[in-house]
Amino acid sequence: MTGIVAYLTVFVLAAFVGIEVVSKVPSILHTPLMSGSNAIHGIVLVGSLLIMGEAHGTAQVVLGFLAVFLATLNVVGGFVVTDRMLEMFKGKPNERVRPPKDDGPGTPA
Amino acid sequence: MTTTITFSLATARELVYLIAIAGFILALKGLGSPKFARRGNQLGAAAATLAIAMTFTLPTLRHSGKNLVLALVAMALGTLIAVPVARMVKMTAMPQLVAIFNGVGGGAAALISVVELLHLHALGAKPATYVTAEVLLGVLIGSVSFSGSAIAFIKLQELITGRPITYPGQQVINGVVGVAIGALIVVALLTGNIVFVYVLLLLALVLGVIFVLPIGGADVPVLISLLNSFTGLAVAASGFVLDNNLLIVAGTLVGASGIILTRLMSSAMGRSLPNILFSAFGAVITATGGEEGDASRPVRSGTAEDVGVLLAYARKVVIIPGYGLAVAQAQHTARELADALTAKGVEVFYAIHPVAGRMPGHMNVLLAEANVPYDELKEMDEANPEMSTADVALVVGANDTVNPAAQSTPGSPIYGMPIIHADEAEHIIFLKRSMRPGFAGIDNELLYDPKTTMLFGDAKDTLGKLVAAVADA
Repeated sequence: MTGIVAYLTVFVLAAFVGIEVVSKVPSILHTPLMSGSNAIHGIVLVGSLLIMGEAHGTAQVVLGFLAVFLATLNVVGGFVVTDRMLEMFKGKPNERVRPPKDDGPGTPA
Repeated sequence: MTTTITFSLATARELVYLIAIAGFILALKGLGSPKFARRGNQLGAAAATLAIAMTFTLPTLRHSGKNLVLALVAMALGTLIAVPVARMVKMTAMPQLVAIFNGVGGGAAALISVVELLHLHALGAKPATYVTAEVLLGVLIGSVSFSGSAIAFIKLQELITGRPITYPGQQVINGVVGVAIGALIVVALLTGNIVFVYVLLLLALVLGVIFVLPIGGADVPVLISLLNSFTGLAVAASGFVLDNNLLIVAGTLVGASGIILTRLMSSAMGRSLPNILFSAFGAVITATGGEEGDASRPVRSGTAEDVGVLLAYARKVVIIPGYGLAVAQAQHTARELADALTAKGVEVFYAIHPVAGRMPGHMNVLLAEANVPYDELKEMDEANPEMSTADVALVVGANDTVNPAAQSTPGSPIYGMPIIHADEAEHIIFLKRSMRPGFAGIDNELLYDPKTTMLFGDAKDTLGKLVAAVADA
């Protein structure tokens, strides 16, 4: 039973950290933050691999296979899609200057 | 000697997991600031890769033979599907993609709990009550997240209506499912019988569906954020089941930060979370307006030439983009129009509603993709004081975010949501495909305003015509 208490301690501390870390986020980053934290819980893949290691019998193996597959979608897709979003947020908004004139027709001098 | 090696490897694995935990915390921190967001995400990806690679040192997995091969096959399959989808999907479809990636994570967490329970039973051990409780929680939350995300996807993909779906007896059905789940959990805890876990899995899937159906399309992004938080908690629960600190911490971090993010999002919409989640329950939505009767009311529709002249001789033009602009892939043409107007000496800026598009911040991503400079983007709070001095408010494919009903009609589903005050501008131009209501499914009085001119058609085509008309003016 001491094990569960230790894990509960970790759980409570992690909850406080999670709350602290995102207390202030500008609204332009809400979508990327959601997507990024979505990728982080994709680490459930580690758990899927753990159960796959000890799975015996058809039912366990099939469900384990499915768990590994779904978790991989979550972790890989999550990080890739977030990166693609954030690729477009180069630099701080105020630091960003208008692109040079050769950018296209109609760009003012 | 062997035990020493096993021990040190196990310790190394725990230490690597600890490094990954630190990486995730820093990643979340980075994601909250525009400057470090991308690096934060990359750090998170690196931490995850490290932890996953280290998991393969686990003796049970390494020596599991067929299972190891199957795990690698599943990972390869998942990667082969996830990477192209994540890379190719249109920026406009991003919200539903996030919903799917979130849902599958919840599904994985639920499956982990089930398999671990099966495993313990197969070993002939009757698991301690608290282990069963952890399993039940993982199954419940993970399944709700899985089916809820699936419905959110279907709504956003517009495979079903985006309007809140209500039906007679909704509250009774919800109540019955809720009570049944509670009873199942008690029975499963008392008996430890695995059949109840399967039934719980099924009922939780049903709960996810009936929980999401009554939530209006415009509110779905907030819902996805909440489900994201749920998946985090489900992952934490499977961490408890598997005695794994990495899953507990990573899941809890996402669970806790997800709740905060959900609150930030709902307050950006001027709504409380319970209002978003439960406003459609039981109550029949008033003020839905809808398609019927639209045809009978007079609207003024204009030509691109007239509007082009109006724009070219305006002093200040505010472009209010919405999801329609994104669907038509018109962000580049919108920029051309803004550039053409700026060249004529017109002051142009974009007024961005926090939930323009389908998710908070979505429109910023779309316009950034079209290389619109940040200094031309004004957040709603910054833009609204300037609306009364604008000559033209050019509403491109937006509807709900400028709907005065949000301020004036208490019965409306979007009542309380802050809006961009397009109605304060001298002239209002709507670029819209049709008179159909917006995503929230409600009529917009502004379309019938005497100051309003409608330009029907595809936003990209219309903007192209406007660019030509402005050049000729």
